[in-house]
Amino acid sequence: MADKPEMPKMNAETLKLDPSFKYEVMKEHDGETLKVCFQCGSCTSSCPTARFSTSYRPRTILRMAQLGLRRKVLESQTLWLCTACFTCTDRCPQNVEVANVLRVLRNLAVKKGQIPGIFTELASNIYATGYVYKIPEMRLRKRAELGLPPLPKANLDGVDKLIELAGGRKLLKSAEVR
Amino acid sequence: MSDLRYLFFIGCTIPYRVTNYEVSARKTFAKLGIELVEMSDFNCCGLPVDPASHEMMMVLAARNLCLAEQQGLDIITLCTGCAGTLRKVNRALKEEKELRNRVNEYLSKVGMEFKGTIEAKHFIHVLKEDVGFDRIKDSIRKPLAGLKVAEHCGCHLLRPTKIFGWDDPENPEVLKGLIELTGAECLDYMDEPECCGYTIIAIDDKVALQLTREKLQHIKMAGAQAMVTVCPSCHLMFDMQQSRIERAFNEKFELPVLHFPQLLGLAMGLGPDELALGDLRVSPSKILEALKIV
Ligand code: SF4
Ligand code: SF4
Repeated sequence: MADKPEMPKMNAETLKLDPSFKYEVMKEHDGETLKVCFQCGSCTSSCPTARFSTSYRPRTILRMAQLGLRRKVLESQTLWLCTACFTCTDRCPQNVEVANVLRVLRNLAVKKGQIPGIFTELASNIYATGYVYKIPEMRLRKRAELGLPPLPKANLDGVDKLIELAGGRKLLKSAEVR
Repeated sequence: MSDLRYLFFIGCTIPYRVTNYEVSARKTFAKLGIELVEMSDFNCCGLPVDPASHEMMMVLAARNLCLAEQQGLDIITLCTGCAGTLRKVNRALKEEKELRNRVNEYLSKVGMEFKGTIEAKHFIHVLKEDVGFDRIKDSIRKPLAGLKVAEHCGCHLLRPTKIFGWDDPENPEVLKGLIELTGAECLDYMDEPECCGYTIIAIDDKVALQLTREKLQHIKMAGAQAMVTVCPSCHLMFDMQQSRIERAFNEKFELPVLHFPQLLGLAMGLGPDELALGDLRVSPSKILEALKIV
């Protein structure tokens, strides 16, 4: 059941080092600690995903980011395999915010237009309903049958405005944008 | 007015497909004197979109925190993800001035302001710190003697330790302590604090299900008759996905997975129907027979 790593094509362009990349990562919230990773590998050996994925290795991703392999990092599909369990962060001897640095990298990938479809779907659901899932009418009726109080309706004026202010518009399916 | 009064943040996953958790939680909380105040407005905690946009996660969480501040109540949740996210963002906004200013700038456009006056708690924090073990012990009518279970606490209540720090992530004890109050025995098993895999199931289901499968294997090896969770998402992986895992790996587990309030409710003497045990995918009938409940 080995998963196929979908790495971007290796050409001169993908392998170009961009020394400014690490600074871009480090200026994001929780991204600063990228600079102190000394490549011991505790993160990878603690990582539950790395145990079952043939391609996901947090230590390698951090090294590539330090070196400035911008496209190789941001276009890699494996970047999205982090479960955000934070075991790596807890075990890093250098106090690197490993899981947060990896999240910064995924956020940067989104800014470059690399968004797995599921996130467009989830963000659009929140924009349309306030909730991350579109909860079917049937479930709401079942709540009543079970004697549960009705689910409140989120004030979407507030929710949508905040999503837009936070730059979340690019995550939405175009049909949802009012 | 009770001193155990909280704003009930139900989140999205429970009303979407894990209502049995809510039913059992409401019943057991009432017996412990916990008063749940319903929210008249809330939105997704923000966690699901964090991988794509931290900023969007932050405003979504902040909006919920502001709604709770307006009510002057601490938040209680049943979901480790919601609790972890609201707790983390609450703390970051309280401590990091620059971040708070930026988020408050957004919030001001919708007539809100983060002030930092409340706390967000998962219900097992509430049980341990606010209700207290003695009161829970007093509520037990039918101790579940002889029942062997294993716990899965969920990453978002444990790590990063720097933020949570209320349990040992390498050897979590809080849920274990609560389980033992019911009279059941809580077994240790290999890699106990490991992740359920839920967050990546839509990205790579093979990797996600292998994580879940390995936990089920370790729990069976330890000899547990059931598993106990405190998160709707973890529960979906272990209960709802269990038959899929059995098919994919040609392996049998038949391990019932109870929400902690269901286990507690049984020990309080509530009936299986009152606790919506019939909604579980993996039937708990064997353990109910062993406990002489049916
Ligand atoms: S554990 Fe920390 S220092 Fe070691 S490789 Fe990972 S991030 Fe770098
Ligand atoms: S947070 Fe992500 S990278 Fe770190 S151990 Fe967990 S799955 Fe691996």
